[in-house]
Amino acid sequence: MERMSAATQDFELDAPVVVGVLASRRTRIISGSVLIVVGVLCALAFGLGSKTGYDARFGLSTPGTGVQVPDLVVPARIFGLAFGVIAVAMGWWRINRDFSNRAMRWVVAVTIFGVVFAFLCWSATGTKGTRLPLTTPDGLLGQTIFLALPLILGALAGVMCERSGVINVAIEGQMLVGAFAGAMMGTLAHSATAGIVGGMLAGLLIGLILAVFAITYFVNQVVLGVVLNLFALGLTGFLYDEVMAPNPDTFNFPGALTAIHVPGLGSIPIIGPLFFDQNIIVYLTYALVVAVDVLLFRTRWGLRTRAVGEHPKAADTVGINVRRTRYINVLIGGLLAGLAGASLTIGNSSGFVKNMTGGRGFIALAAVIFGRWSPRGAVGAALLFGFATALQSVLSIVGTPVKIPSDFLAMLPYLATLFAVAGLVGRVRAPAADGEPYEGR
Amino acid sequence: MSGTTAPPAPDSIQTSEEPEPSGFTVGPLLVVALSFVVSMVVGALLIAVTDRPTRKAAQHFFSAPGTMFSRAWHAVSRAYVALFQGAIVDPHTFGHGSVWRDFNPLSETLLNATPLILVGLSVGLAFRTGLFNIGGQGQIIMGAVLAGYVGFEWHLPPVLHVVVAVLAAVVGGAAWGGLAGWLKARTGAHEVISTIMLNYVAFNLLAYLLKTGVFHRKGSNQAISPIVHGTARLPHLFPAPLRLQFGFVIALVAAAAMTWLLNRSKTGFSLRAVGASPNAARTAGMGVGRAYIVAMVIAGALAGLAGASQILGTSFALTTSIDANFGFDGITVALLGRAKPWPTVAAGVLFGALRAGSVTMQTRTGTSIDLVTVLQSLVVLFVAAPMFVRHVFRLRAAGDAGSQQLAKGWNG
Repeated sequence: MERMSAATQDFELDAPVVVGVLASRRTRIISGSVLIVVGVLCALAFGLGSKTGYDARFGLSTPGTGVQVPDLVVPARIFGLAFGVIAVAMGWWRINRDFSNRAMRWVVAVTIFGVVFAFLCWSATGTKGTRLPLTTPDGLLGQTIFLALPLILGALAGVMCERSGVINVAIEGQMLVGAFAGAMMGTLAHSATAGIVGGMLAGLLIGLILAVFAITYFVNQVVLGVVLNLFALGLTGFLYDEVMAPNPDTFNFPGALTAIHVPGLGSIPIIGPLFFDQNIIVYLTYALVVAVDVLLFRTRWGLRTRAVGEHPKAADTVGINVRRTRYINVLIGGLLAGLAGASLTIGNSSGFVKNMTGGRGFIALAAVIFGRWSPRGAVGAALLFGFATALQSVLSIVGTPVKIPSDFLAMLPYLATLFAVAGLVGRVRAPAADGEPYEGR
Repeated sequence: MSGTTAPPAPDSIQTSEEPEPSGFTVGPLLVVALSFVVSMVVGALLIAVTDRPTRKAAQHFFSAPGTMFSRAWHAVSRAYVALFQGAIVDPHTFGHGSVWRDFNPLSETLLNATPLILVGLSVGLAFRTGLFNIGGQGQIIMGAVLAGYVGFEWHLPPVLHVVVAVLAAVVGGAAWGGLAGWLKARTGAHEVISTIMLNYVAFNLLAYLLKTGVFHRKGSNQAISPIVHGTARLPHLFPAPLRLQFGFVIALVAAAAMTWLLNRSKTGFSLRAVGASPNAARTAGMGVGRAYIVAMVIAGALAGLAGASQILGTSFALTTSIDANFGFDGITVALLGRAKPWPTVAAGVLFGALRAGSVTMQTRTGTSIDLVTVLQSLVVLFVAAPMFVRHVFRLRAAGDAGSQQLAKGWNG
């Protein structure tokens, strides 16, 4: 993963320079060598490392439910070796003949996909007859969606705030109060809808504090975010101890959301159970992703929001109310992050636990940065981090040929975030006025 | 100075940039005091709202409103009195037994203040360089892991052993902090993200180590390490019941050293210059990346010392909760202390008192210990927004010291 992002970085950073052909020689050699090294390592570790005669078996559908699709069977050893050879060949080609920028993008994508798949094949050959569930709802991709959900919503919240020029480090805190209020309201009202609304309102409340102190009182927004996270941690912890823990049945017993089968779409093999047999929050998230993207890039409001985030003075000059725009965006962000939190308690049918967000808000924040402050990019990044988390839980069940300690697997999403931000952040740029209070109206 | 009893101030926004006053003036101190009062009031409301007898009485509010208020008063005063008794002086034990025992609450306060001060200095030093070190937790863990390893695995002569163990903690913390600084300097990865991620990595690493041979205590089925040898423990400062140890002295020395570093040394000058304006510093020929690395190495070393104080002076064995949330609470200490060494020490003692008191509060009245986190965050929130507090209390500004650049946005 690290090497991949390094290769991408070298390639992308030098992209403007590549116009002069000579300048790219060093880059070509470095990125080509990286490809060769990756190919060799892949062939050695995942090709020769896989046991002979063991096939990697991937489950594509849950036995007994929905449309049945036969398992995908891949000879692990052959795939690892073959892919290693391909990667080496691509590296050789890169050094001696070079790829165009466009082709190189595909090369990087193919390499990442190949390494991950070779790794999966290797993982699935731990014991004879292991079946690694891939596209089932409880499989790798199903869990990816499930785990990425709060990250997607949290990242959308971050995008809304930061596009208008308010840094939101408080996503974690907003999610935490959302999870708390979601569990509490959902249980008290015996209704998941009430829980969702409660969670969103709680997120809104932290968003309101963030807005008042950041926009009206010019408090440093990074500091503010960290303090609000601590406030949310203390408040939910206190209320949990005093109210919830003594009476879990009356306050902390949100029921499970039932899956809704979309007629037609839900019956498509593989895709149906994966995307269209989910609970209401998942469908809500699909809609919100589209809504935020359209809102920011296709509406007058979005244009104003981005103007305020890039150059508030210019926006003010043409008559946009900077503070009001920021307030509304931060509050929308609060609602989204609150929903993200509510999805942890209500969607999961588990009660609230102290500090249950466990850094998801910060990973969502990293997804905002990694996704370059765009909703689509943020969703992609959130899915990537969701995949890393899902990989951890699937691998711990499957049992790899060489045992990887569970604590190292638990590090995976955080390491992925770290490498993603370290490897790619050099070439992303935040909205110009992000984090800067506007002293006009 | 002048604004303490002013008539209602106009609601104008203070935008004038005044030179930063050295140390405390009465203005900021008053803001701190008022912030504390407001936070205590919010905390009191939380206690009252969640208190069961009070809520029962609230059902008969219109027939007997007095009952509700008296019950609420009872609950709140009980909790806050216990908080005070646990932190300052406790009449339950005062005069019983040895004289030293009377000072036990104060000793506990300073014991809790020790890691808070060290992490506060760590976060403060990073602030002065324009960095936000949220990685205190990970740096404490890495410091404690190395110090613990030296402490329970090595056999060295008495004084040397503890010195080596403390130095190991410094190395562990400095490496972990320096990693974030290096990432920032080399790749531009924002330290807010990288330090948080390194916290989780360190936590999981510790969880892993506690299951492996050397770090796992023989015969225990819990994730706990062997106990640190007596030779590697930080000496106590006072006789038996008092747990205050040499770590507190280390914290004070660290504060003095940081004062010298920032105000008297060339390195400190370049750190402050980079913190004030990286572009100007770069133009002046200073290595901005180098300053980031140096600042994070020192910050990590300070947090590592907090880890040493924990493992070698308080808990003596590694568990996954060795950081005891000091990493995050230290941030509030640095913010309250405005990233200056001696105010940070004062803030550390204040929050150390809250921590020490909260334990007594929980055992005597059952009030959740998390109340203190709420109080701490609110105090810092209000202190960070002096304009807000002045609005609430209708005060006029007395030299706005709040315009210090503490942390930068993504574009650095």
